Amino acid sequence: MNPLLTPTENVDVDTRWQQLAADLSEAQILFSDVIPGGCHWSWRLPRGTTLRLVTQGGGANLSLVLYNARNPLERYNMPDSLKAQHTAHYGRGHVLMSDMGCAMASITADSLGWHDPLGLLLDGARLREKYGEHPYQQYRNGMYRSGRDGLLIEIGKHGLTRRDLVAPVNFFSKVSVDEEGRFRFQPDHAPAGSMVELRLDMDVIVAMSTAPHPLDPRPDYAPAAVGIVAWRSGPAPADDFCRHFRPEGARALHNTDMHYLA
Amino acid sequence: MTATAIRIQESALDPARALTNVVLPAGEPWLHEVKQGQTLRIVDLEGNQAADVIFYNRHDTDEHYSVTDTLLHQGGIYLTTGSVLMSSEGRPMLTIVADTCGRHDTLGGACAAESNTVRYALHKKYMHSCRDNYLLAIQHSDSGLTTADLVPNVNFFMNVPVTGEGGLKFDDGVSGPGKYVELRAEMDLWVLVSNCPQLNNPCNAYNPTPVQFLIWG
Repeated sequence: MNPLLTPTENVDVDTRWQQLAADLSEAQILFSDVIPGGCHWSWRLPRGTTLRLVTQGGGANLSLVLYNARNPLERYNMPDSLKAQHTAHYGRGHVLMSDMGCAMASITADSLGWHDPLGLLLDGARLREKYGEHPYQQYRNGMYRSGRDGLLIEIGKHGLTRRDLVAPVNFFSKVSVDEEGRFRFQPDHAPAGSMVELRLDMDVIVAMSTAPHPLDPRPDYAPAAVGIVAWRSGPAPADDFCRHFRPEGARALHNTDMHYLA
Repeated sequence: MTATAIRIQESALDPARALTNVVLPAGEPWLHEVKQGQTLRIVDLEGNQAADVIFYNRHDTDEHYSVTDTLLHQGGIYLTTGSVLMSSEGRPMLTIVADTCGRHDTLGGACAAESNTVRYALHKKYMHSCRDNYLLAIQHSDSGLTTADLVPNVNFFMNVPVTGEGGLKFDDGVSGPGKYVELRAEMDLWVLVSNCPQLNNPCNAYNPTPVQFLIWG
């Protein structure tokens, strides 16, 4: 019996991995959780862990940033990742790269085909302007939270300040760009049960917020919860899909491997 | 009378003449400067609200309120009229010059999402907390304060008695609506506040409420 997966009288361990990862064996599971809509959390996790993210309702958004746990000066870099892979969207096969040319995480499974990498983030001023005041005093833990404040709180726990906050990946959101360069937010992009898997290619600090995408046109603040399962996948094998999806991803994975010489 | 016995002292200062008059709603953070010689009043507007406060030297934030220096200096654990809040460099930071509550906690610390999982249940982790407030306030400031500066704080209006048998209790507050504490700044300060959102224990009587800050020159 694994005490990390089995609740006791005193330790109310989450067991929703049983639903979120019914296809995996219990021996593979590390933990599960469900982040309520608008909330935030962070973890320090080792290379070879895969995070499965599953939306618990329609209209979810999950903003995610990554830092090298061994040296947090190395962090996820949006432009380097996009230009290397000639992409303005993320899906299975894409690699989230650092400013040091290393693969930090790879998208190994995906039910949607499009996650927004353009990095827009809801801040406190835009939150209040769009949704009105909804503070703790009246609404307690139903208060509205912004994605920027959530990520600032989480990276702060790891000694990082607002100068360290980088453009996040917005999983489960789709933002395309028209011929004149204008954003088009795709409503109803991610139905309940949408899933993406992110394999961690290095030891990382990962911070996430489930606050709404700033371009989400819905007038109500109603971000859906997102389930998370961390499981032992091991690092990218030689025949890994992401190693063969694009040559740039292969080289970024190689550069990370060079930091984990056994 | 011992050094930390309740000492009630009213103030003659007129709120109409205060330079700063801020009502901080329940669950909100606040980071503000107070200059040497100014007087800061904290008002428990509706009673039994915990105001979690840390003080820093405005010009050298490595120097902060130190619970241990303060308790050693006064020979006991409760803050009341006459208590001097000491810094990590052993210097007076503030003196309590008036207090209609009479007892404030030095040992209870501030709530955090992580410590809530330890104290109550793992599923409490997404509830709002004082440390999230502290982190938000310093992240949005140019104070240079970081997570490493979140040292043990004062809980104004909170009652955390230590029993003769060595127990620590979280009791209903001795405070009440409109009670206040007033402190004279002995150096230029940053005042970092979380108006505590804790709902899992009686530190706020399970009903977090606003507190008021007044500053006189």
